[in-house]
Amino acid sequence: MTVPRIRFTFWKAVFAVIMVGGIYCTFLRFFRGLGASTNLSDQFPWGLWIGFDVMCGVMLAAGGFTLTAAVEIFNIKRFHSIVRPTILTAFLGYLLVCAALMYDLGLPWNIWHPLIMRNPHSVMFEVAWCVMLYTTVLALEFSPIVLEHFKLKRALRVVRSFMVVFVILGVLLSTLHQSSLGTLYLIMPNKLHPFWWSPLLPVFFFLSAIAVGLAMTIFESSMSSKYFGRELELPILRDLGRVLVVVLALYGILRFEDLLHRGVLKLVFTPGYEQRFFLLEIFLSVIAPLGLLLIPKVRENAQGLYLAAVLTLLGFVTNRLNVTITGVEIAVGGRYAPKWTEVVITVMFVALGFAIFGLAAKYLPIFPEEKAQIPALREPSTRFSEAAVPVHAGD
Amino acid sequence: MSKGILYDATMCIGCKQCEQACATENGLPYDDKVAAQEVTSAHKYTTVLTKDDKFMRRMCMNCDDPACASVCPVGALKKTSLGPVTYDKSRCMGCRYCMAACPFGVPKYEWDKAVPGVRKCIMCGKRVAEGKQTACAESCPTGATKFGDRDALLEEAKKRIHDNPGNYLPHIFGETEVGGTSVMLLSSIPFNSFGYRTDLTERALPMYTYQVLSRIPDFVPLFGTMLGGIYWITHRRQDVAEAEANEKGQKGGAQ
Ligand code: SF4
Ligand code: SF4
Repeated sequence: MTVPRIRFTFWKAVFAVIMVGGIYCTFLRFFRGLGASTNLSDQFPWGLWIGFDVMCGVMLAAGGFTLTAAVEIFNIKRFHSIVRPTILTAFLGYLLVCAALMYDLGLPWNIWHPLIMRNPHSVMFEVAWCVMLYTTVLALEFSPIVLEHFKLKRALRVVRSFMVVFVILGVLLSTLHQSSLGTLYLIMPNKLHPFWWSPLLPVFFFLSAIAVGLAMTIFESSMSSKYFGRELELPILRDLGRVLVVVLALYGILRFEDLLHRGVLKLVFTPGYEQRFFLLEIFLSVIAPLGLLLIPKVRENAQGLYLAAVLTLLGFVTNRLNVTITGVEIAVGGRYAPKWTEVVITVMFVALGFAIFGLAAKYLPIFPEEKAQIPALREPSTRFSEAAVPVHAGD
Repeated sequence: MSKGILYDATMCIGCKQCEQACATENGLPYDDKVAAQEVTSAHKYTTVLTKDDKFMRRMCMNCDDPACASVCPVGALKKTSLGPVTYDKSRCMGCRYCMAACPFGVPKYEWDKAVPGVRKCIMCGKRVAEGKQTACAESCPTGATKFGDRDALLEEAKKRIHDNPGNYLPHIFGETEVGGTSVMLLSSIPFNSFGYRTDLTERALPMYTYQVLSRIPDFVPLFGTMLGGIYWITHRRQDVAEAEANEKGQKGGAQ
């Protein structure tokens, strides 16, 4: 087969170019400073790296906690086979968020300060702790995959016996973290445009994280069936699509009610700069995917689900960027567009994410072998299955 | 006793002595070029704005309940009991949440430095702690910038408006804005003509986030128990099935 081979080399070349650019921009960032490497300013202390790399990075990692909660806590066994890729994505996502933070912080070597310097009144303090703790929990949730690969059975058993605790901690920390990114903006009632500032921001951020978690899982499964030649778990994706409909509908109604009660609804129909971005966001994140998924033919079909998922992702990325950038432009009286260096660094992180995911999928038991049932995290009947099947069930 | 600054624009002659004194006190460069810059920046903590024959100062308001200090994860910014909101660079990690949160857009950043810090007027924290007045108030030749106890200054401001209603807007900027500020302003023309926002909430901004944050300690045990409970309930059937299977296996003597 020559065709996939050529494509593979092509993507390798693209990746190499991105990395070279990324390394150069890394040099600019750390040796020339933030001023030279970004378009950040006193008016825009937060830009693309916070708006996309951090805000969207965390959001796109939400599949990890959404799916572990569904499978491990609610015991929905149907979704077992797709938990591992979502944990991998979440773990990777959080590692990349940490890396991006090192670029964005003015004094990155002080990143550990929240460990010993406490200000519990600060949302950023909560965010810092959530990032640290949840990244650790994700590493633990991910560890069985590595341990299994190296056949370290004893360590595997130890980790698995605590897995319930990790899972509950993970869901708890994610809930706090996803919502706290919205809470960050609560202190800016006079700065953030009323389309986006709302006392419900934490709820919106949490609900949208669940929607994105589901959409991301659909997206990933579709991608990996395309590039790793895996069989598409269409029935599972259909179920996810239905859950997505419900979450999006809840989110949409809540956003509407919120605008209504805060008296902002008339602004939605008044042409303006913010209004255009708001409409774009709502169209992509709620109207288009909901509209598509409500058509049975689309909902049942792999391409239809994929399209709806991609729209959802784009919609909520727009939302996070609107909150971080568009929504404050009028208050600070200026416009922000990222500098090319900022864009290159962001693209580098995205490329790294794809590349590491690909490598992990190739070398680690991320996807279940066809037929063989791999327990996602916790092997519920370890003792029994080991007794019954001497060869380890997970291999 | 909390200190404050009362700036009365009607008494200001635009001499910019306060700018000069501020630069000297904080070791900032100052020359004609800097004097002409009518914006605050990383190297200029206060500025005197001119509009026709009217003047207005801009600087950190040193809020009573400052957003910047409340959002700082590491407590680098602090409201002291004397009034000044001070900054300790050795704690700062450069997240710039303070800049995003300040309702007046006060904190500035040293974007061009390799080891950047946040820069803003700190109401001469050191001097005030020593019982001195701020450098700007000390240097003001007309008394337009006056340092003193905030309560006394507030009374005085009210009296000035009362005695001379034609001379002033009936508004003491900083009396109630974002919960009150240590720096208060009087003017004869609207504050927003100098870029001050007059639509600010009277609520202290940190309350908006504290409302949510203060619930977290209660939320964690509740939500944790709920998750654990759901797990316990949903896995019960499975445990039963396993136990049965185990029993059968043992009875059958297969192993
Ligand atoms: S004006 Fe801004 S920087 Fe100054 S104390 Fe208030 S919140 Fe902090
Ligand atoms: S930039 Fe520094 S002073 Fe400002 S909030 Fe962050 S840690 Fe605190």
